[in-house]
Amino acid sequence: MKCCVLVTYVPDTASIIKIGSAGNRIDEGGIKWIISPYDEFALEEAIRIKEARGGEVTVITYAPERGSTGLRECLARGADHAVHVVGGEATFGDAYAIARVLAAAVEKSGPFDLILCGVKGVGSDQSLVGAMVAELLDLPHISGVVKLELGDDALTAQRDVEGGTEVFTSPLPCLLAAHKGLNEPRYPSLKGIMAAKKVPIQTYKPADLGLDEAELAGGGATTRWVKLELPPAKAGGTILKGEEDPAAAARELVRLLREEAKAI
Amino acid sequence: MGCILTFVEQRGGTPRKASLEALSQARRLAQGAGWNVCAVLVGHGVRDKAADLGAWGAQTVYVADDEKFALFSAEGYAAAIAAATEACPPSAILMAATITGKDLSGRLAARLGTGCLPDVVAVTLVGAKIQAVRPVYSGKALATVEGCSAKPLVVTLRPNVFLAEGGGAAAQVVDLPPVAAKIRSKVVEVKAAEGGELDVAEADIIVSGGRGIKAAENFALIRSLAEPLGAAVGASRAVVDAGWIPHKHQVGQTGKVVSPSLYIACGISGAIQHLAGMSSSKVIVAINKDPEAPIFKVADYGIVGDLFQVIPPMVEEIKKLKQE
Repeated sequence: MKCCVLVTYVPDTASIIKIGSAGNRIDEGGIKWIISPYDEFALEEAIRIKEARGGEVTVITYAPERGSTGLRECLARGADHAVHVVGGEATFGDAYAIARVLAAAVEKSGPFDLILCGVKGVGSDQSLVGAMVAELLDLPHISGVVKLELGDDALTAQRDVEGGTEVFTSPLPCLLAAHKGLNEPRYPSLKGIMAAKKVPIQTYKPADLGLDEAELAGGGATTRWVKLELPPAKAGGTILKGEEDPAAAARELVRLLREEAKAI
Repeated sequence: MGCILTFVEQRGGTPRKASLEALSQARRLAQGAGWNVCAVLVGHGVRDKAADLGAWGAQTVYVADDEKFALFSAEGYAAAIAAATEACPPSAILMAATITGKDLSGRLAARLGTGCLPDVVAVTLVGAKIQAVRPVYSGKALATVEGCSAKPLVVTLRPNVFLAEGGGAAAQVVDLPPVAAKIRSKVVEVKAAEGGELDVAEADIIVSGGRGIKAAENFALIRSLAEPLGAAVGASRAVVDAGWIPHKHQVGQTGKVVSPSLYIACGISGAIQHLAGMSSSKVIVAINKDPEAPIFKVADYGIVGDLFQVIPPMVEEIKKLKQE
């Protein structure tokens, strides 16, 4: 089975976010970059499918130069091929533009039986690209997958929704957006890290895929970030001491929530 | 004249609260611009309820009522909403940023060859342009984003943020012509959560437990506080990873991002990833032994103390209040 995994390289979730000088992007100074946590579930699932049934795993990213470090990490974990579409600074945050580039890269690198990605890229937090890529490639998709049973030409998947679980079926090929709970991602082995260094990364510019990035970010843009701000700082709260008389503090807290905050 | 089209999600014919919030916001936007307010309802056996959406401000309700829409499919629902955009045609398409809305919005936008502003907490019209504010980096920053697509944009609205307000007359119901849809991936079964447990993403009040509760069985204490408040039970990543409670309860960067009117964090120190998921809650309460815990920096109210001694008298006091 041939699987493709779309990955994005994002600021570490522990990062302190500062606003960059342009006023509509973060300050990238001192940021540690990681594979978006949900993409790790997608990659792990693809590697498990390969281990169980044979086949190959291709990882694709659309990112600036630094994205190649992320691809090496994916190779170290068990991916066989890596494709780097170099760019993405101009189209940042425009999910439709990103999806068009990724869809073109998938077409160029495929065909695939299964395309996987994370349910969202941690950072811009959009949860859009997977479904957009599927639509552009005229493939079915299932978003938020926490359980997967794969057959030869069809699959059954589950996702959690508000107040329950939905069970999906789909024929292959299909795009799946993975959610936490699907699996437990592995760490790269030393052997894997060494082997990954020898794998060539296929690089493209968007133009190699027949797309004009300046047009995607210019006249063809659909959304843009105008301004980025830190949330307003919170005024100091009312913190009660509850070490000596917890019951009294508890009663006072309930009174405050009722009478002052009107929250209960 | 312009028009805003809102996709209204329903369950068993009843519109979801988050969708009514989106429809109400559509009406507020349309009023300012002198635009029409349209809605689209997709499902099976939903037509009878369509006119009721007039009470929430819809002037025209497009209905795609078909057996093939009885259960959700992104392909089918996107095709139905796309059919409504041809009948309408809208200046913008709004929907709630629920699991369904988040799934559908990308598919629909790509189908229409346009973009999407997802999970926004504020939305305005600047001329005919849509501008919105959305939390990014899991709430560590707020981005002002705008649509610049020549085509109508899709906007999804974060639940529990916009006010749902009634008002209006009966709506005109328009049946969409049969929708041709290629449906490949589809829901075949919906399993309700055990005990009808309230989901953190939808709850108005959340009581969360972290490492400070010491053991899985002590979630009973968290539940004892949640129950009289009608609250959902949340959790920090640490206790989810420890297997004390399923992931669907996790609040934070790799869990759910929530904005309830009241969030009570019990024994949660407040790692940056957790704060990112709940700091937009209207009132935050922290109960923690450690006065230096970062959670107190975002808390509106708090108790420095042992949660095992604080929660039981809180429960007692709340039960007393509820009896009054």
